[in-house]
Amino acid sequence: MRDRSFSELRLDRIGRNFGEQAALSELSLTIRGGEFIALLGPSGCGKSTALNCLAGLLPLSSGSIWLDDRRIDGLPPEQRGFGMVFQNYALFPHMTVRDNVAFGLKMRKTPGPELRRRVDEAMALVRLEDQAEKLPAQLSGGQQQRVAIARAVVYEPPLVLMDEPLSNLDAQLRLAMRTEIRRLHQTLGLTTIYVTHDQEEALSMADRLVVLREGVVQQVGTPDDVYAHPVNRYVAGFMGYRNMLEFDLESATAETAVLASKDVRLSGMTFGPIEAKRAVAAIRPEDIVVNGPGPNRLQVTAEVVEYHGREILVLARLPAGEALYIRTEERCVAGDSIVVAVPPERVLIYPADAPAAPTEAIV
Amino acid sequence: MAAAMNAPATIAEPTRKRRFRPSSIGGWVVWGLVLFFFLNLAALISTVVLDSFATTWFGSWVPDGFTTHWYGDAWAEFNLFDVLTVTAQVAIAVVVISALIGVPAAYALARRNFPGKPLVTLLFLLPILIPPITYGIPLATVLYKVHLAGSIFGVIVANLVPTVPFVVLVMIPFVEQIDSKIDAAARMCGAGTTTIFFRILGPLLIPGILAAAILVLVRTVGMFELTFLTSGPTSSTLVVVLYDAVFGAGIRAPQEVDAMAVVYTGSMLLLLVIALRFVNPTQLVTRVGER
Amino acid sequence: MTSAAGSVPGALGHDGGRRSLKHRLADRGVDRVLLLVVPGTLFLILLFVYPFLYGLQLSFAPEGGGGPLANYQTFFSDPYLRDTIGTTLSLGVPAALLNVLVSVPIAYRMRGRFRGKRTLTTLLVVPIALGTVLTAEGLIEYLGPSGWLNKFLRDFNLVDQPVLLVHNYWGVFFSLVITGFPFAFLLVLSYLSGIDPNLERAASVMGAGWAQRFRRITFPLLVPGLAITFCLSFVLAFSVFPSANLVGDPSGSTRVISIAAYHAAFEQFDYSMGSTISMIMGAVMLAIIALVLGWRSTLFRGPAGGKG
Repeated sequence: MRDRSFSELRLDRIGRNFGEQAALSELSLTIRGGEFIALLGPSGCGKSTALNCLAGLLPLSSGSIWLDDRRIDGLPPEQRGFGMVFQNYALFPHMTVRDNVAFGLKMRKTPGPELRRRVDEAMALVRLEDQAEKLPAQLSGGQQQRVAIARAVVYEPPLVLMDEPLSNLDAQLRLAMRTEIRRLHQTLGLTTIYVTHDQEEALSMADRLVVLREGVVQQVGTPDDVYAHPVNRYVAGFMGYRNMLEFDLESATAETAVLASKDVRLSGMTFGPIEAKRAVAAIRPEDIVVNGPGPNRLQVTAEVVEYHGREILVLARLPAGEALYIRTEERCVAGDSIVVAVPPERVLIYPADAPAAPTEAIV
Repeated sequence: MAAAMNAPATIAEPTRKRRFRPSSIGGWVVWGLVLFFFLNLAALISTVVLDSFATTWFGSWVPDGFTTHWYGDAWAEFNLFDVLTVTAQVAIAVVVISALIGVPAAYALARRNFPGKPLVTLLFLLPILIPPITYGIPLATVLYKVHLAGSIFGVIVANLVPTVPFVVLVMIPFVEQIDSKIDAAARMCGAGTTTIFFRILGPLLIPGILAAAILVLVRTVGMFELTFLTSGPTSSTLVVVLYDAVFGAGIRAPQEVDAMAVVYTGSMLLLLVIALRFVNPTQLVTRVGER
Repeated sequence: MTSAAGSVPGALGHDGGRRSLKHRLADRGVDRVLLLVVPGTLFLILLFVYPFLYGLQLSFAPEGGGGPLANYQTFFSDPYLRDTIGTTLSLGVPAALLNVLVSVPIAYRMRGRFRGKRTLTTLLVVPIALGTVLTAEGLIEYLGPSGWLNKFLRDFNLVDQPVLLVHNYWGVFFSLVITGFPFAFLLVLSYLSGIDPNLERAASVMGAGWAQRFRRITFPLLVPGLAITFCLSFVLAFSVFPSANLVGDPSGSTRVISIAAYHAAFEQFDYSMGSTISMIMGAVMLAIIALVLGWRSTLFRGPAGGKG
């Protein structure tokens, strides 16, 4: 019996406690069949917990999971029929690549000829046909990864769960595998939930992102949404808004605000009313324009210049000493005094007491 | 959303919970077996303890009366003071000598790869893998030939055979844990080998040496076969005297023997309690399984 | 800057040849540090290898004459002696098998972390630490005709006569189980814990129920460790000595090979025969271990670990 795809997977306020602590609270999400969802956040944010609960490897403390009309959170993993790729691959070391990939089909009592055909197809899909008779220990990390993926998708499960599958690979391989996984998703169309702490990965692969912090959802949206309009300081920090400048709040309306200090005045966008007296302006290094136009002009001194090919990354200092990271194609050297500007729509303002992402720059 | 939640839907019953208290028959059977084992073990020990305090006890659930005079009798009859002294002497001597020989050897084996190392490693493994009674008889034969057996020195020497390799095996991981670059750094600062041993490596190895010493102590006090084969009337350890008393029981009241058995058990349990503060239980059993 | 070493005037001098030998030796790991291993090695050669060789040689020099193999011939032609092999095997093999096999389901249940694991392992160490003599003594009283077990059986009318469980095969067998089970269990537990838990999780997500998981994943990865555990348990059981005397029937049904060796050497003072029997004992153990390890080498023995 082939697993048929579904139209909707619904997570209804699922929660998981470890003793007193809530590793996951009130996660609600509706996933359409065929979507690629990324769960993004630093370690400990609850993303792996959510995945394990979905797989059935951990029971829920609260909430429920629905697959179309069926409630599945009471089912043990072997009855849910999902596929899963583990961070350390978890390939069966005593079985050949072929036997590893065939395992899920074997459990479904797929008849011999069909089993062989589907295993061959899956291995061809990840381009490992030549390694079929090898043992996992004889393969490289990238090859093991591909076996793990083939093993998870061969029986075309309604849902594929991936737990940071690329984190054990080196940088170059990671980039290549990212494209592989994206291609597989486009080819097979299997609904995928992908856990990662790498925002680049999440942005490049997902149809929608879920950003998590300490078990609580911060934002759900398309990569575009989350990248351009992070709803709070935490998400902004995660999305590469490396500059977090804290100043006094001079004025604020429903959608805009102005921050000011002795030598700096910044106007930007807000995501809601700000009660606090101090606020933080989140700015991307690449949004800063050297000698640019507009109301947000800043006089800075370049301190450290990093060469990045077409661009340079400059660590500059504002008059009062705050750090400002700038990415630009313009050339300058350490010690230069330059004038930069940021468009107000690219300055995002949040209350200063909002929790920050662990990836915020250390200055 | 609310409507969907109230709509009739199939709810799957949990068939099996993972990692929980046993909720299946298999789980209860397993726990039952474990409990059965410990129950019998406790009964075993209790019988001996109870009997040592019994006036008379034959065929009833509990002794007819209680007394402590058997302990005094046993103490005198078996010269327990001397026996305990001998046991302590043997154990401490074995610990000290095996540490003196074993720790440097462990250092050399951990730090150097030399031709013939597999052979030497095998040499240090064999006395631990081969049971004492197998090599004990030829060993005792040799010791009798050189007139060492029968005296306390013979007992000490015989007990050293399994404990020196044991110390080596326990210490090697400890030495390997210490970054070899520390030796190099000390040398760069001008320290010679003796200085390195006493001021750098020594203090770092103390926990390991302590663990090894305690393990050797426990194993030597409990070591029967080697002491039995090489001891004489005044050089037997407590466990051998106990064996002789049980084996040769006839005229003596069994309660006296049990009193001595309780003294032995008490000493061992005391040693165990002390030992477990420094090592974990699995190390007491085997060092070989943990690779 | 480059110049041949030998052409640098005066730098190496007449020491040149000796120094390079020292360095060459150091490259291969031979230097003064090796001196530290010499006392231990010498000690073991003197007191382990030498007695073994001496015993071996002695076994070929029988007291009563008759050629080098006379002792061995005597052993195998005298049923009283020859049967000790069978007796010891009939005790050692079942005891070791039982210890190992019963450990598997119990360790399977207890793998991973759970509250009380440390307490359990501590309790299990007690019988091993107490040793065979105390276990034997306890068994005599507990399982004896007037001990608690028989009293229990008779009071509840389960038997009419006391069940004979001491001074026979069963006494020794139980003694072997009590001291052998904790050892086997702790080893099996550590082997089981060394198997990556993610392997079972992966299998379960792919549809394998617990029986399938055990049969296809856990057990194949565990069997090599079980083989080793069996070998170690068997060696312990085969060398049984004090319990065979105390709680067995040393001149009859539990006359094990260690008793025969001891009797020959220290009661008959036929050291040659004593050594012979010790050699045979070692050889039988070696044969069984070789068999088991040979079978083990046909299995997958690679690492199955990972913390997951």
